[in-house]
Amino acid sequence: MSAALKNPLSEPLPLRERPAVPLPGPSDWSFELIEQYHKVIRDTADRFGLDTYPNQLEIITAEQMMDAYASVGMPVNYRHWSYGKEFIATEKNYKRGHMGLAYEIVINSNPCISYLMEENTMAMQALVIAHAAYGHNSFFKGNYLFRMWTDAASIIDYLVYAKNYVAECEERHGLDAVESFLDSCHALQNHGVDRYRRPSRKSLAQELAERKDREAYAQAQVNDMWRTLPKRAEKAEESSGTRRFPEEPQENLLYFIEKNAPLLEPWQREIVRIVRKVAQYFYPQRQTQVMNEGWATFWHHKLLNQMYDDGFLTDGVMIEWLKSHTNVVYQPPVGHKAYSGINPYALGFAMYTDLKRICEEPTDEDRQWFPEIAGTPWLPALDQAMRNYKDESFVGQFLSPKLMRELRMFAIVDDEKQEELEVSAIHDESGYKRVRESLARQYDLGSREPNIQVWNVNLRGDRSLTLRHFQHNNRPLHDTANEVLKHVARLWGFGVQLESVNAAGDVSKRWSLPGPAV
Amino acid sequence: MALQSIIDRRLAGKNKSVGNRERFLRRHKEQVREAVKRAIDGRSIRDVERGEEVHIPKKDLSEPVFGHGSGGIREVVHPGNKDFIRGDRIERPKGGGGQGSGKGEASDSGEGEDDFVFSLSKEEFMQVFFEDLALPNLVRTQLAETPEWKSQRAGYSSDGTPNNLHVVRSMRGAIGRRIAIGAGSRAEVRALEEELDELLAGPKNPLVLERIKELQAAVAALRVRIARIPYLDPIDLRYRSRIRVPVPTSKAVMFCLMDISGSMDEARKDLSKRFFILLYLFLTRHYEKIDLVFIRHHTQAQEVNEDDFFHARETGGTVVSSALVLMEEIIRERYSPSEWNIYGAQASDGDNWHHDSGRCRELLSEKLLPLCRYYAYVQVAEEEQNLWDEYAQLPPLHAHFAMRKATSADQIYPVFRDLFKKEGAKAA
Repeated sequence: MSAALKNPLSEPLPLRERPAVPLPGPSDWSFELIEQYHKVIRDTADRFGLDTYPNQLEIITAEQMMDAYASVGMPVNYRHWSYGKEFIATEKNYKRGHMGLAYEIVINSNPCISYLMEENTMAMQALVIAHAAYGHNSFFKGNYLFRMWTDAASIIDYLVYAKNYVAECEERHGLDAVESFLDSCHALQNHGVDRYRRPSRKSLAQELAERKDREAYAQAQVNDMWRTLPKRAEKAEESSGTRRFPEEPQENLLYFIEKNAPLLEPWQREIVRIVRKVAQYFYPQRQTQVMNEGWATFWHHKLLNQMYDDGFLTDGVMIEWLKSHTNVVYQPPVGHKAYSGINPYALGFAMYTDLKRICEEPTDEDRQWFPEIAGTPWLPALDQAMRNYKDESFVGQFLSPKLMRELRMFAIVDDEKQEELEVSAIHDESGYKRVRESLARQYDLGSREPNIQVWNVNLRGDRSLTLRHFQHNNRPLHDTANEVLKHVARLWGFGVQLESVNAAGDVSKRWSLPGPAV
Repeated sequence: MALQSIIDRRLAGKNKSVGNRERFLRRHKEQVREAVKRAIDGRSIRDVERGEEVHIPKKDLSEPVFGHGSGGIREVVHPGNKDFIRGDRIERPKGGGGQGSGKGEASDSGEGEDDFVFSLSKEEFMQVFFEDLALPNLVRTQLAETPEWKSQRAGYSSDGTPNNLHVVRSMRGAIGRRIAIGAGSRAEVRALEEELDELLAGPKNPLVLERIKELQAAVAALRVRIARIPYLDPIDLRYRSRIRVPVPTSKAVMFCLMDISGSMDEARKDLSKRFFILLYLFLTRHYEKIDLVFIRHHTQAQEVNEDDFFHARETGGTVVSSALVLMEEIIRERYSPSEWNIYGAQASDGDNWHHDSGRCRELLSEKLLPLCRYYAYVQVAEEEQNLWDEYAQLPPLHAHFAMRKATSADQIYPVFRDLFKKEGAKAA
């Protein structure tokens, strides 16, 4: 993480030596073969200047893949029933053949761990190595969100700690107490991330050392905040409305609860913290799906093709990985029965490929739309496009008119006040900007997930907590809001209100829950 | 270059999700128990030991999070435009699901009314079943385990431990290999020697002498090669192969006797069924072949198949002795006590024609109990009846007769306590 940025190459380095014969391409892999392939892939990646964490390839069984799959892709995690549910569902789909397992899971850690499934053929292993160990890996190391928000070196240690801590709590406070508490935290985990402020980065040792102090300190703080109650109660009238708490609305609900919920025990605060940390770790992944998958797909495509051109791969191997590559980047058109939105692999792959084209063979249109990169070397241009964007800004910046035409993109407005949907823009001269902006907005987490903030705590009265939902385009909350609110009330310990505020600033809907019975 | 490594994890950390699965089952215990109960009602006694599918309504599994509902204004970009142009108006698709297609999230929180279905493994199924019956842990492991094993010879294999080395077989293999590998060389030697003999017998000139020397050298070389064939090679080794086979001892017959008069309602029958299942499970651990005989009775007894046994219902009075008489007849005809281990399990609500109860006791005491290994009686009702009183005189005289009142599943086990204890001690 601390390593200085490697300057991107402007040209791929030349091939050192053409091999006499291609690498063997049997369907069964062996350790020696993986080593051989890996070496060639690594050398090829080096020629393109891909900067990665060290790689650790691990061979696992399909069952272990499902294990990892079920616990949010991590090799260790604390125990919770929802992961069991996930596992059962995954296993069922897999056994029925509804779903191939993901070819790969790769963990944003240092060293970067990529799982290779035992059942894969050699060609597939090569694909996975190029995709995960070089594509995703370099993305994790390079992209600004990952650099800023996650700490690849310590995540595994932290999860081991979390697992042991939760197990310890289960032993001490009972399975039921821990389970229902985790349920509540999970309900809010999407709202347990800092969006703008960088979290402090600590080693596990620091975490552990600070935990004890933190417990004592946090409790003292909480007590302090509430201690002023009786004195102020007399002057309630005068001070009401003068002091707000929190002074500014807060977007990180879990953080607010961890620090301020009056009744939580120290172990409960620690669990809130764990859930919050894990959510924060995954936050960049949720914002860079198109970029991350697109980048990895672009690179496995580029690397393996390069290897073929250099004489390392046989035709058989090529055909095999190309087949699954084609499946992965398939984008069914709207109305097709397989259509379920835009395939991030397809869009990302198409965009990076298109960027490379813009650099190498720009048209007049490209020069007009992308004056700063058209005709420049493609490696630095792609490198920049990988490092400094997230999905929203990436689409907003780099989706080209040509690609919009190719994918035949169009935007539809759904306004509940109108009888019918309206096509607001299509892939033509007057629509490019609108389609691109609209698609970019679609990838903005801020508009995908409801914006809910801690608004106020009634310090002098019933201690109730008020949350505010700021509507985006007047979109209301889903009916599950009431269920989630029950979880909030359980965490907060007193009554909870939720107000949904529309664009005009009026509260259009209000939920209210009394505090849980003690 | 940084360190690169490949690690084989296949043997490490299998079943990491077991803990999560346990928590999942624990959370949905009610549904699981319900499923097990239904399965037991529907299954044949012989068929109890397998997994079962559990259905859980999706809404019970949801993990709510804040999300957007339908409404407001939203703009979604789709690929694959066919012929729309700007300003076109499209009819709103029916149903909430369709319009969400742009979100690209496979919603499992969605409206799908399907249940979440998963299978309990056989072990998990039995665990729940045993929990209902309140079986002590020792008995649970005893029942859950497959019985004793004995190892049995099963031919030869090419790998094994040195103490199982079969010398004769190995040597035989070695001879065969030596013959086979040396065959070519030996044939050549023979041919060369024949030629040599001819030459030696014939007239000699320098050319012939030269040839003779050549031949002698060739023969010598071949003999060296033959001698170099190893006497014993690792591939010759054969080991006695042993496999483990379960050792159920022999044959047993289990008589299920049940009162099906009007007063036996479904709940009581269900209780009786569990009682029979438990005995059956016990027997499967100890006997290779088990016959089941179902005798139902009201005023008359008849032998029926399992389905009729549990599901038919008749009304009328009750004469328990009729079943006992029939049981004795069947034993005499088909199950000679010298060949069969006979077990009896009788379930009734205790209702009997009052002149008959004494006769029942006599029948049991004099005719049946001497033939049986164990006889258990469960009264699935609370009231004291004369049959109970009569039977109550039996236990002091016959150690292998047990009786018990049970009004819920967890009260069944104690009737077998002595049986399990005895066998458990033997097995331990």
